[in-house]
Amino acid sequence: MTKDECKQVVLDIIADIAPDEDLSNVKPEVRLRDQLQLDSMDFLDIVMELRKRHSIEVPEADYQHLASLDSCAEYLTPKFIALAAKG
Amino acid sequence: MNTRNHYDVAIIGAGMSGLAAGIRLAHFGKKVCIFERHNATGGLNSFYSIGGRKFDVGLHALTNFVRPGVKGTPLTKLLRQLRIDRAEFALCEQKQSRVAFGPNGETSLRFTNDFAVFENEVATQFPKEIDGFRALVAAVKTYDDVSLEVAPISARGVVRTHIKDALLEDMLFCPVMYYGSAQEHDMEFGQFVIMFKALFLEGFARPFDGVRVILRVLLEKYRQAGGERRMKCGVQKILAREGRATALMLDTGEEITATHIISSIGAPETERLIGQAPEVAALEAGRLSFVETISILKCQPAALGWGSDTIVFFNDSAHFDYACPTNALDTRSGVICLPNNFDYGDNRQLPEGIFRVTCLARYDQWATLGEESYQAQKIRCFEEVQRSARRFIPTVSDATLTEATITTDMFTPRTITKFTGHIGGAIYGAPVKHRQGRTPLENVYLCGTDQGFLGIIGAMLSGISMANFHILQKNS
Repeated sequence: MTKDECKQVVLDIIADIAPDEDLSNVKPEVRLRDQLQLDSMDFLDIVMELRKRHSIEVPEADYQHLASLDSCAEYLTPKFIALAAKG
Repeated sequence: MNTRNHYDVAIIGAGMSGLAAGIRLAHFGKKVCIFERHNATGGLNSFYSIGGRKFDVGLHALTNFVRPGVKGTPLTKLLRQLRIDRAEFALCEQKQSRVAFGPNGETSLRFTNDFAVFENEVATQFPKEIDGFRALVAAVKTYDDVSLEVAPISARGVVRTHIKDALLEDMLFCPVMYYGSAQEHDMEFGQFVIMFKALFLEGFARPFDGVRVILRVLLEKYRQAGGERRMKCGVQKILAREGRATALMLDTGEEITATHIISSIGAPETERLIGQAPEVAALEAGRLSFVETISILKCQPAALGWGSDTIVFFNDSAHFDYACPTNALDTRSGVICLPNNFDYGDNRQLPEGIFRVTCLARYDQWATLGEESYQAQKIRCFEEVQRSARRFIPTVSDATLTEATITTDMFTPRTITKFTGHIGGAIYGAPVKHRQGRTPLENVYLCGTDQGFLGIIGAMLSGISMANFHILQKNS
């Protein structure tokens, strides 16, 4: 899993939970909340979908790492790699 | 523990809130079962059939309507959280509604799904109050109405700091109270804010086929997510030990276990299932109940001159009294609903005319009657309710209305208790709400009416919030 693939995973989830958002121009370095209308309920769903679809656990204390696509990639990519290694 | 009779979550009641909670939990892999005593889903917002004709109960209009593209409102949140495409509800907007006060509705404020219309009506008819009104609207817009931690404050008190004219004050409270207040005379400001936004800042809409469209969508989502449901299977008792629920005893006598229990049946009703020791003061049940008359017409209401109004909130008296009447019925105020007057698009209209009127009623004056007196009272009250309401819409003679009427029906406080189990026929539940949904048992939570988000969108958001707050967020 590359960082770009990881960003796509997050974007795919957002596309499903917020189909009314336009995701064609999301800037990876900008906080998601600042460019999309996402509230705490939506962030809970990003976490829940990561668990449901990819068995990735994000503890509440780490929610801050999901702020932007870049920070998501930094935080999640190692988790995906570790999970793949466990196979 | 995951044996056949153990659930991660058991939900009591298959109304809007229970179904919404169920969808969330099942979607995220919880083993969920909804137990419903009745044979139909929907609870307070349901429908029934008589002679092949479907009657909606509860829902006059879906409140909180916003057009596509408007974000951050309850409707949008709900659609996202339940993964519903808004096209599935196929909502059609109201034409116009009114608040009509005075013996014959002399003062009338029109409103639509465009808030500017209402603001303009207030400016025209209450010119001295428009600045105060705008200040009130600003206060409503900035208030955090979905916080789960709120200190209750009087809505009358807050509104009076902005609005000095008692007539305008009552005219603002009438729709807001009729569409959701469980409290007499006044309401909690947070509840006022929820309803004011839902009715005036957002708006009214309805699926062409009424409430069953919404129920159908919810049931399908729940089924797809893997949720189970048992109909005609009420919960008789919540068994507890050391402050935790251990099992549910069903009406069948069967016992099932669940890690969490969400109850949508109301706070006093849930307390009754838990069976508190008698020395503990019982929670106060609500006192506000209603009758509703329904007339099915062989023509569209427009043919009788009733083509413009979708909903009319009326009151004929100097003051608007939102309280449990002293008699069986109080027809001084009420709500008229003409479901034909939503904009269903060109060449599409409901096959028959429908004329519904809701008025305040007193539960014990209906509950204690023998069958014969009950039926007689129903007939008498039907007449009284319609006569009162007709003063607020264009005049139609008795003969013309009788000639146009195919059939009628009526629900009373007794009907409400029979089909929903709400103590005292209290449609909007108990006057005191439980924002965090807590009960005396640590793994039993409330959702729905007594949690305190109002309207049917509020009911669904309540189920969602409680499922998120108590179960999903805690990853338990």
